[in-house]
Amino acid sequence: MLSKKQAKTFFLGGTALFFLIFLALSIHSLKVGIPENTHPEKMTEQVELGRYLWDKNNCMGCHTIMGEGAYYAPELTRVYSRKGPDYIKAVLTAPDGWQPRGRKMVKYNFSDEEVEGLIAFFQWMNEAYLNGFPPKPQLYRPE
Amino acid sequence: MKFRSQKIAYNFFALSMLLILLQITYGFIMAFAHMGYDGLHEWIPFNTATATHKNLLVVWILSGFMGAAYYIIPDEADRELVSPFWAKIQFWTFAIVGVIAVAGFHMGWFEGRKFLEIPRPLDYLVALNVVLFLVLILFTLLKGKKQTTTAWVLSMGLVFAALLYLPGMIYFENLAVDSFFRWWVVHLWVEGVWELIMGGILSYLLIRLTGVDREVIEKWLYVIVGLTFLSGILGTGHHYYYTGGPDYWLMIGGIFSSLEPLAFLGMTAFAVQMYRKGNKKHPNKLALFWTLNTAILSFLGAGLLGLAHTLPQVNLYTHGTLVTAMHGHLAFWGAYGSLVFAIISYAMPQMTGRKIYDNQIGNLAFWITNIGMLGMTTAFAAAGVSQVTLERIAGYEYMEAAKVMQPHFFVLIIAATVFTTGICLYIWNFIKFGKPVDEAIRTEDDSAFQAVTA
Repeated sequence: MLSKKQAKTFFLGGTALFFLIFLALSIHSLKVGIPENTHPEKMTEQVELGRYLWDKNNCMGCHTIMGEGAYYAPELTRVYSRKGPDYIKAVLTAPDGWQPRGRKMVKYNFSDEEVEGLIAFFQWMNEAYLNGFPPKPQLYRPE
Repeated sequence: MKFRSQKIAYNFFALSMLLILLQITYGFIMAFAHMGYDGLHEWIPFNTATATHKNLLVVWILSGFMGAAYYIIPDEADRELVSPFWAKIQFWTFAIVGVIAVAGFHMGWFEGRKFLEIPRPLDYLVALNVVLFLVLILFTLLKGKKQTTTAWVLSMGLVFAALLYLPGMIYFENLAVDSFFRWWVVHLWVEGVWELIMGGILSYLLIRLTGVDREVIEKWLYVIVGLTFLSGILGTGHHYYYTGGPDYWLMIGGIFSSLEPLAFLGMTAFAVQMYRKGNKKHPNKLALFWTLNTAILSFLGAGLLGLAHTLPQVNLYTHGTLVTAMHGHLAFWGAYGSLVFAIISYAMPQMTGRKIYDNQIGNLAFWITNIGMLGMTTAFAAAGVSQVTLERIAGYEYMEAAKVMQPHFFVLIIAATVFTTGICLYIWNFIKFGKPVDEAIRTEDDSAFQAVTA
């Protein structure tokens, strides 16, 4: 029967081993995997401004991006290719705040530069490779 | 209660009770907004409500953990807390930082990252506060007459929870890198070190409530927390599938996060077995109910409902939908909410000297909250599955799908009303205990045990 000491060894040994593996994979992801998929070299000042505004206004409090955030408003990872920059600009500058089908978005008084920053951020996001996310909608139709 | 300084736990428990009510209020605001009734939009827009709802959750659970530690550590170490005065300071500063954060959300002051919305300047205050808390707990433990495994596991859980908060405070320009480290905090908390805290509190409660030998309980405690880390650390990979990480996380995250329910199953088997083995029965039936409830519901909510969408093939469709909310609600309630309720139910009669162990209001609160939460989980599940089908498979626009989902939010509100009724009853019972008194100090806590024939 397992003794308390053996149980302790299992806990400490297992934790240390799996933590080291996790650390090694994390380092690889940060140094190689994520840069390959997300092209940080394309993060211009405009993109950085957009990213800053994204956090500052807690956009994640309604939207998701890369599938992360809240579920009150659309997923925005591919919004640049789905809707295009003009549509995004219209949403961000709607005089009374954007209200699709009655759902209200907070009215932001973004400057032109800030709007361009957010669009650049979405364009950068649009080019990130996310292992196939978001999936392409396709109803199952038997051949 | 053996020591006068354990009374400080009451403040933290009372704060937990207050904050859960506030958290629920914001939940209702959001559910109504989902149904189209967003009359508060001008003052409390959805992104403020969600930041408040999520952060109040984290704060009331942490407050419960802190109260639990202030109650348990002196008891386990067999000495007074090193400084009740500083513990009081820690309590008030903790509460004040919480109030500033929540008020800030209403003025649009965010860090803007899910679960970590508290702005960075406040993060430093949180960190300072937690350092003070840890110093008090660790010194009490180290200077104590005994250093039990239970106390160590609980304390280490708290120490690592604090350490893991740090990577979440750094700003990374690349959103994918930022998200990578955000999960070091959020995932490694709830599916890692918080389970150490949970294991520590559960084992303390089981030792007190079942009378099973400490050595046996603590041996299994090691096995369970061992299983937690064995699966949970690499299980972090299930957050890296579709957030810019390399594709090996699909395999690694898939395999290890599928093993995560094992740790929770271990927790369930552990609690139920210890309860059955116990040759003594503590008269505090309500505390025992909540303890077993934690073990069982954490397996259901965190384990099984997590497993339901953790495989990458499934998660590709469910990621970023209300399916996550389904899992999140029952997991937090089952694993951590219920745990805080368990320790409060155990500690209150000990601290106040009023032996309300089993009464109708307490029983009703237990059943009604759980039934309400299961109803809410079901409503979220229905909404989530609709969203996946319509948006991800049939290609509906988000708002088209949202319109179809509205009736599920009506059901959610009904279930949430049931849940809230239960919470109010629990709080009513909590208030009825009154405040802790020195007369409740006993040299031997377990005098309440009744021997029963096996």
